[in-house]
Amino acid sequence: MKRTLITLGLATLLAASFACERRGGDNGTADNGGPIKVGIYGDLSGQTSSFGQSTKNGALMAIDEINAAGGINGRKVEYVMEDDQGQPQQASTVVTKLINQDKVAAIIGEVASSNSLAAAPKAQEAKVPMITPSSTNPKVTQVGDYIFRVCFTDDFQGAVAAKFATNTLHAKKAAVLGDFNSDYSKGMTQYFVQEFTGAGGQIVAQQSYTQTDADFKGQLTNIRATSPDVIFVPGYYGQVGVIAKQAKELGITAPLLGGDGWDSPKLFELGGAALDGNYMVNHYSVDDPSPAVQKFVAAYKAKYGIVPDAIAALGYDAMNVLADAVKRAGTTDSAKLRDAIAATKGFGGVTGSISLNASRDAVKPAVVFELKDKKLVYKETIQPSGGAGAAPAASPAAAASTAGASSPGTNANAPANTNTNAAAK
Amino acid sequence: MDTFVQQLINGLTVGSIYALIALGYTMVYGILRLINFAHGDIYMLGAYAGYFIARWLGFAGEPSVAGLAVVLVGSMLAAALLGMAIERFAYRPVRKYARMTTLITAIGMSLLLENLSVVIFEGTPRAFPELLHNSTYRLFGNAAISKTQLLIFGVSIILMLLLQWIVYRTKVGTAMRAVSFNLNSAKLMGINTDAIIVFTFALGSALAAAGGVLTAQYNPTIYPLMGIITGLKAFVAAVLGGIGNIPGAVLGGLLIGAAETFVVGYGQLVGIPSTYRDAVAFAILILVLLFRPAGLLGTTVQEKV
Repeated sequence: MKRTLITLGLATLLAASFACERRGGDNGTADNGGPIKVGIYGDLSGQTSSFGQSTKNGALMAIDEINAAGGINGRKVEYVMEDDQGQPQQASTVVTKLINQDKVAAIIGEVASSNSLAAAPKAQEAKVPMITPSSTNPKVTQVGDYIFRVCFTDDFQGAVAAKFATNTLHAKKAAVLGDFNSDYSKGMTQYFVQEFTGAGGQIVAQQSYTQTDADFKGQLTNIRATSPDVIFVPGYYGQVGVIAKQAKELGITAPLLGGDGWDSPKLFELGGAALDGNYMVNHYSVDDPSPAVQKFVAAYKAKYGIVPDAIAALGYDAMNVLADAVKRAGTTDSAKLRDAIAATKGFGGVTGSISLNASRDAVKPAVVFELKDKKLVYKETIQPSGGAGAAPAASPAAAASTAGASSPGTNANAPANTNTNAAAK
Repeated sequence: MDTFVQQLINGLTVGSIYALIALGYTMVYGILRLINFAHGDIYMLGAYAGYFIARWLGFAGEPSVAGLAVVLVGSMLAAALLGMAIERFAYRPVRKYARMTTLITAIGMSLLLENLSVVIFEGTPRAFPELLHNSTYRLFGNAAISKTQLLIFGVSIILMLLLQWIVYRTKVGTAMRAVSFNLNSAKLMGINTDAIIVFTFALGSALAAAGGVLTAQYNPTIYPLMGIITGLKAFVAAVLGGIGNIPGAVLGGLLIGAAETFVVGYGQLVGIPSTYRDAVAFAILILVLLFRPAGLLGTTVQEKV
């Protein structure tokens, strides 16, 4: 008993001293007039490494532009990049390192929701603002008031996919094939099923795989037996290519439908011609004629030699939203910076106008593409219904010209730029 | 019925690959009593070797039987050389110590190959080029078999027959069997045991590489960690069949492949979700170790090679 008490006492002391140390760390990130340190983490060497690479490319491009323009309030931006190998455990470790060792003022990352969910509690605990560019699972920002995102969430994305399946593809029966260890996949499935069955559709099969699976014929054979009109695949690009190829091999003609997890420069290399005739929901279109998008696409191509995917665009936007908040706050003091990020309204990003709502999520329209001849062919833009609390975002073109002055009702239904976009393709 | 037949075909396809890899485990175990944990990574490197050969020799763009044969043989040779090098530089220096030392060396070798591959090839999956125009033959109802599946069955059977011939009909095969009975006696009989061990590693690695290239035709994505789970399942297959036993490895591979595909196909009917496909292999391993540690075909009188 006595020993237990002593141990307990020691543990408390130890915990207290750690807590003190962390607070000390906070002071280190405070405003001192020197360069602003930003931590970026992502998967650079794992199975979803194009996500980390794109985020890095996008964010670094933004940092270069900011520094070329003289920095933020005269302070240069420095970055520390960490590789989490696409593993949640590793994500939590590298974010702890960014906070305690590198003493960054803010953090940008991750793409995969499971990784963001693992890392976010560390940022929240240390009160270091974290902006995820492209984690769409609603739970991510629910971790705490220091966690933000500049993209839409899966309750919207899953519903968009279901709406597209019902209204445009006229699907009555849908099958789902997802990675049920992934928070992203689980969330997408939940909201897709909810919306699809709500619209009178029927889910005829629900099959799952794990990240290490390479063979999907078993699941696809089961799905084939239920002859669905559409197959919803809320997975990541690494698996989608093989799923598309094996579905074709089994003679499945129903189109596959997925979300932003498909988005990668590698997708067409992995899936090839088997991807033709499938559909994906995404954050923005590189063919959007708005000057903000075209300027970004041209600059990105010049710098990296490839067309930016939505992940890169969101990385760029996340960094710029952060820079804008630092400018408004006039400091990198964590509480003030947090308030400034939370107050982001109508920020004109590449992926549309970014306004953060009460749950610290951006509310933005989604774009649906058809995959054809190794290209994304624009199909339609689906606007948020506005039920999420904040005003619906403006169309990208309107946002670029008049950032902040978004008029909810008028341009939400049929933005002019989306029409020209459809015609151009 | 057509769904059942389809799942069986799917299962046996995967099973054939497990069988090819399991053969390498079982042969090395038969001779050295060593579980070569790096074997799954040789399978991965075999697939990468095939990928680069196909790219460099220009078979990636235009599928042809000749191209497939060159890539298959080329990657088998590359993997054989790698297997020989690993044996020579990693296992032979520690062979004189306790068996545990070699086992830990094997685990280290496996981690080294995996992480080195992540550094060299990058972690992101790569698309393996199609080396043979794939088409599907309808059997009945919805059941169909693809050319790739036929290729996997064909090549696996040929390689297994070839192996059987080497082990039972050639001089070096006789020497392998002698070494597996008793290494020291074999040495006293004038057999160059080091050469035989190297040959065994080369043979096993070549079969794993063939498995790698064939898998890459079936699931055309390769990545540096693809050998971990597949390697473990092939190891379970070797244990299930009776480690050290060549026909056992083939039987074990086919059974594991069929079992996991049926879990995906029919598990939901009895409340097992399809994500349990990996778990089933290890559940089988536990059951085998509990009730039949020698494996299905492994008996004490069985020749071990």
